Amino acid sequence: MTVVNDFSWKIAGVAGDGILNAGLMLARTCMRGGLSVFAAAEYPSLIRGGHNHLDVRISGREIYSHTKNITVLVAMNMDSVRKHSRKLLPGGAIIYDGDQLKPTEADIGRDDVKLYPVPLLGLAEKAGGKIMRNVVAMGATLGITGLDLEAFNGVLRDNFGKKKGEAVAQANITAAKLGYDYAVEHYGNDFKFKLQKNEANGHIFLSGNEAIVAGAIKAGCKFFSAYPMTPASSILHGMAANEKAFGMVVKHTEDEIAAVNMAVGAGFAGLRAMTATSGGGFALMVEGLGLAAQTETPLVIVEAQRPGPATGMATHSGQGDLRFVLHASTDEFPRVVIAPGDVNDCFYYTIHAFNIAEKYQLPVIVMTDKYLGESYASAPEFQHHGLRMDRGKLLPDDYLANNGHDYRRYKITEDGVSPRAIPGQPGGAHTASSYEHDEEGFEREEEEIRIAMHDKRFRKLESAARDIPEPQLIGHPKADITFISWGSPKGPIKEAMLMLEKDGIKTNYLQIVYLSPFPAGKVAEVVRHSKRPVIVESNKTSLLNSLVRENCLLDVKDKILRYDGRPFNPEDIYYGIKELLAG
Amino acid sequence: MPAEFKVPLNGNGNGLNGIEVSHGLKVLQEKKKLTMADLTPKELPTWCGGCGDFNILFTIKNALVELDADPANTLLVSGIGCGSKTPHFVKTYGFEGLHGRSLPVATGAKFANHKLDVIVVTGDGDGYGIGGNHLIHSMRRNLDLTHIVQNNEVYGLTKGQYSPTSPPGFKSPSTPQGAIEEPVNPVALGITMGATYVARGYAYEVNHLKQLIAGGIKHKGYALIDVFQPCSTYNKVNTIAWYKEHLYKLEEAGHDPKDKMQAMARAMEGGDKLPIGLFYKEEKPTYEAGLPQLNGVPLSKMDISNIDITPMLERFK
Repeated sequence: MTVVNDFSWKIAGVAGDGILNAGLMLARTCMRGGLSVFAAAEYPSLIRGGHNHLDVRISGREIYSHTKNITVLVAMNMDSVRKHSRKLLPGGAIIYDGDQLKPTEADIGRDDVKLYPVPLLGLAEKAGGKIMRNVVAMGATLGITGLDLEAFNGVLRDNFGKKKGEAVAQANITAAKLGYDYAVEHYGNDFKFKLQKNEANGHIFLSGNEAIVAGAIKAGCKFFSAYPMTPASSILHGMAANEKAFGMVVKHTEDEIAAVNMAVGAGFAGLRAMTATSGGGFALMVEGLGLAAQTETPLVIVEAQRPGPATGMATHSGQGDLRFVLHASTDEFPRVVIAPGDVNDCFYYTIHAFNIAEKYQLPVIVMTDKYLGESYASAPEFQHHGLRMDRGKLLPDDYLANNGHDYRRYKITEDGVSPRAIPGQPGGAHTASSYEHDEEGFEREEEEIRIAMHDKRFRKLESAARDIPEPQLIGHPKADITFISWGSPKGPIKEAMLMLEKDGIKTNYLQIVYLSPFPAGKVAEVVRHSKRPVIVESNKTSLLNSLVRENCLLDVKDKILRYDGRPFNPEDIYYGIKELLAG
Repeated sequence: MPAEFKVPLNGNGNGLNGIEVSHGLKVLQEKKKLTMADLTPKELPTWCGGCGDFNILFTIKNALVELDADPANTLLVSGIGCGSKTPHFVKTYGFEGLHGRSLPVATGAKFANHKLDVIVVTGDGDGYGIGGNHLIHSMRRNLDLTHIVQNNEVYGLTKGQYSPTSPPGFKSPSTPQGAIEEPVNPVALGITMGATYVARGYAYEVNHLKQLIAGGIKHKGYALIDVFQPCSTYNKVNTIAWYKEHLYKLEEAGHDPKDKMQAMARAMEGGDKLPIGLFYKEEKPTYEAGLPQLNGVPLSKMDISNIDITPMLERFK
């Protein structure tokens, strides 16, 4: 029986095999063919060698994540055969270089999968160089699935033509054709998993980090500072690549302390400014976070989580920083914490982060993780026209020039937000201070001033809360299982919901996007009215449940937690629920 | 700025409640020459009697008056320390940030509006100790910043501990047996790390110091101005009398600030006689000059209401 457009492909090998680039080209090819794609990579913290693998899932329906099970494994070495062949579905295939690798039954450990040896090295050399082994494997993949080469050739041209010239593009096209022809000739119609083009849908294909970059640029971010740290570095690269075209300043700084303080300086002087880092870098930014809060300077920080503590697992994923981000820096102050769950969220919530930061003059932290930031997904093109950039109480030049004599930067107001002047504006001169201060910004230690200022800052969070949408419950109104989660498990949860639906298990899902201010009312209502609420998150102690207990005085007993540094697979959640239901 | 923007003023007796801002209204004001009074706010400094910070504050204001600076386009950034309170006592824009972190704040502000005159004021602990990493990298960037270091060779605000510029043997609550390390040599560090204007002044030579500071503000590039100053409370070694005996002026010694090796030789002088004045000056493109996006209108004045990202999204197709 043939299976059409339900396909999961894995390429595995050492770093330097061109695994990521090859896989993304395959994904883009299928996206251009109107299919839905998702790609997630796993790699160790080193430059050459180690074990790397990339999953590309391709489907005729909208998909939300990768899957654990695969249909094709492209194994660039024996290690890859041994590690991944058990994940193949029955009837799945291993493509490998038959001249180089001789996998035995013991290596594969099963007899229900197809073996498709292709002389990857030989054909690559014939096309012009062994570096193109990956492209030969792509061609072979297309050959066994029945897709034609035309769209792939276009992607190869786009990928290589501009950067490396027509000759390189042509050599890759040749390599793809050699692999394709070999596969068609030898394995023809043998393979049961097929791919068929749909009508082109104009979707885009990008990573969470790229969506954050697009959102920041759309939001008018004009200054970005960062120190490289996985998995946030590709935000730095994306911003830097667009620096000239969009007239921004992007600075790779001497350290994260400089990064956050520069962003505060730029924000104070009137720019929408952002920095991005992972947990370790955020640890260095903690004092600067408090500085933004105390000086009431708008600031956006992306905290792309990875497992810790300390250096932890640099290239892996986790959600262990929730409490850290919520409490970082001294004393209490209002902050908004936003956790997008997919590439769409990354784009729109980044824009919202800038609006909130500027409207309420406070730090906003966008929390992601490696899985969300570095996985690629196809999505409908962002609706980026007509979005409102809310700059809050930024005073116009002519107002200040006429009324500046009475200007007070930290004026006590009902909503807690004070009119804001920026350097360069006549009439608005003031000094912002990291010390406690009075309405004019002058440092003060009197009790009543301290209370008035502290209360004013906290009123901003109450005001912001009115501006922040409640989390939405999606799925069956009356469900057997209610998923409650935040951040990157969103995709795997949605996939698991579809799997459970097939088994007749009704589910719904509450995605908590804003973790501060915490939507206690809505969460409490959902927990109370659910038949069986289940928290899903990537940490050991269920930090989200600790927030539910603290804010709602309720306890969610059932949890599906993963903290091995790997993202959730839909299968983890599906079997997790099955186990819970079996009692 | 959205067209419907209303100034959110609540009752405060200024009679402006609910007034809408009319856009495009140009206020024509006659340009008056800047005076000391224009720069003096109502708050008074709280430093100890005899503190060099008074003179440095006075001299910064004096230099701004001499340059006829625009207070709205002047930004003083400081860290934390006795002298870091200086921005509060100068009626320009100011930012008193975190201990050691004034340089990155100043850098970000300069990127936001490269037409601002940004002056950074730090102490020796703030600038050369906790902020040392930022200092090195800020100097090699050669941003157009003027960095004035109030160097009294001791920690004042935290009550008398030794500082990165305290001499070996300096006894303090944190070094009761005497300091062991070699002190930081800010002038030599500035010359080697890429600062393009390196000077040392003395808080009690106010006219001389004013020329150094005004020169630093005018200089296009990173100006490091180390300023010797007595700490009347905690430094009993480097007193006014001590400085009187130990300082001489480079300008009177035939020093050529364009000669880098000569500047280094002067920077390494120690012992009985210490030079003050302009050690080194070099014309070199600033960091901003390497950024075409900072050629025209400051980024802070750009309209961000409708940025078109269509070309960027095309690349994801």
